[in-house]
Amino acid sequence: MRSATPWSTVFDYTLVATGQTLYMVGVSTLIAVLLGTPLGVWLQLTAPGGLRPRPLVHKLVGFVVDLGRSMPFLVLLVLLTSLTRLLLGHTIGPTAAIVPLAVGAIPFVGRLVQNVLSEVHVSVVEAAVTTGASTLRIVRSVLLRESLPALVNAIGVTAIALLGYSAMAGVVGGGGLGDLAVREGYQRFNDRYLWATVVVLAVIATLIQFISNRVARGVDRRRHASV
Amino acid sequence: MITVENLTKTFPGSTGQVRALDGVNLDVAAGTVLGVVGPSGAGKSTLARCVALLERPDSGAIRVDGTDLVSLGGPALRAARRQIGVVPQGDSLLRQRTAAGNVALPLESAGVPGPQRRTRVAELLDLVGLTDKAGSYPDQLSGGQRQRIAVARALAASPSVLLADEPTSALDPDTTGSVLTVLDRARAELGVTVLVVTHDMGVVRKICDDVAVLDGGRVVEHGKVLDLVADAGSRTAASLLPAVDQNPAAEGAYDRVADVVLVGFAAVGALLPEATSRFGVELNLLGGGLTRLGETPVARFRVGLNGERADSALEWIAEAGGAVRRTLAGPQGVAA
Ligand SMILES: Nc1ncnc2c1ncn2[C@@H]1O[C@H](COP(=O)(O)OP(=O)(O)O)[C@@H](O)[C@H]1O
Ligand SMILES: [Mg+2]
Repeated sequence: MRSATPWSTVFDYTLVATGQTLYMVGVSTLIAVLLGTPLGVWLQLTAPGGLRPRPLVHKLVGFVVDLGRSMPFLVLLVLLTSLTRLLLGHTIGPTAAIVPLAVGAIPFVGRLVQNVLSEVHVSVVEAAVTTGASTLRIVRSVLLRESLPALVNAIGVTAIALLGYSAMAGVVGGGGLGDLAVREGYQRFNDRYLWATVVVLAVIATLIQFISNRVARGVDRRRHASV
Repeated sequence: MITVENLTKTFPGSTGQVRALDGVNLDVAAGTVLGVVGPSGAGKSTLARCVALLERPDSGAIRVDGTDLVSLGGPALRAARRQIGVVPQGDSLLRQRTAAGNVALPLESAGVPGPQRRTRVAELLDLVGLTDKAGSYPDQLSGGQRQRIAVARALAASPSVLLADEPTSALDPDTTGSVLTVLDRARAELGVTVLVVTHDMGVVRKICDDVAVLDGGRVVEHGKVLDLVADAGSRTAASLLPAVDQNPAAEGAYDRVADVVLVGFAAVGALLPEATSRFGVELNLLGGGLTRLGETPVARFRVGLNGERADSALEWIAEAGGAVRRTLAGPQGVAA
């Protein structure tokens, strides 16, 4: 039994790993939201009863999206190594982990966004249609704006999900807190790393939740009567 | 102003095709209010959605100022939509926008620049009497106020036709009145042609010049409200006029018994007393009553007459503008 790693060393390693995790989660969330939101809008517009119904293509794309969503993340990691190499030239490190994280989250965001948009009441959308608004304007000023608070929450949910997946990305040498916990904590029986990473992950998840709640409330213009 | 010609619409249903509209023809003169009534499932909403250009009919035409709007698409369709202001069924306001922001929506769609937009929004909030609620969000407004904002929004881009589907169905009687007043003002002050779909005959009673009764996707009655009430056999008369109870015992005491419909101040006030004095008959009211259709007093009375010249008196009433239907003795069903 060797003596425990000094807390100061644990702190230094954890700090670096936290930076890597935040980088992976931040960038992959950004990419997933940027690509997943248009996907969700498209899914909503082309759904039966939507503004631009395309039943056949909708079904097809919907099937692919659900396939992507049901794919275990580890399988996706392996499957996407060649895509990562194509995009980055290598498959190791936090940046490389962003590729499968983002790709895996796009269908997830797509469905979340579609669900959120479908909550906008039909008569609200139709009212906008009857004003002669273009589809683009309806998407922007009605669908997205009316559901902005829920969209912000969906982004928070995505970031927290990606925080979990980023821990798994350590398997392909992604680095970050999960990697640290597995390599230093689990494989070398170093409890201090386990504790440190668990605490930091919990704090990050709580922070994401707190911020997304705050922002969602901030963008929610609905004001209920105080009576 | 707006005409609907031979409109047909079928939906696929679980037990074969549902014919929601089966050759509907309507004609609404400029600046009048048409009420489209009928039982649930009659096709009222389908008609409204077709006229709102939200649903494409299988066949037929919808003309505003002569132009058929049914076959349009793309930018032409969007431009045509601006000619028809729509108050959709149900809650239709953007909850993330203030009342003023909601009213501005059609102006944004039409590309009206900011300053002009604000002036127009202020005009419309004034028209619906909600200037003080400009900055309120829909969740802070009552149901009636929300509907008035929806009407203001429908009118914002100066359409020539205003279409409302069940604008008062979720409201209590008091609030219903405030929404109907706003529809009436829109016609009076802006000269728009109003088409209001409703299952509530009270709406027809209060603001409609014309009425179309829809049943099973067909127009079974269509005309001026005041003409239709004089037709004792019409559904409009049956649902708008005061009921007349049967009272055989009382009726047995008279030579002639008839139902008389009187329209307008002059007729309601003077016709029956004058008939009495002119023909020297005894004339008593056995039932019925007085009501108002818009501003016009309308009465339906069951009258009993005694005297030699009872038939002449009834004929004279009919000639003078009352609608007379005899229920006992004498020639049946004489109407003016
Ligand atoms: N989108 C639809 N799909 C299938 N059937 C419909 C649809 N809309 C209306 N219908 C049918 O058409 C008929 C008329 O409906 P509607 O116009 O809503 O009547 P109303 O508004 O007079 O109650 C009903 O039988 C209804 O079930
Ligand atoms: Mg209806």
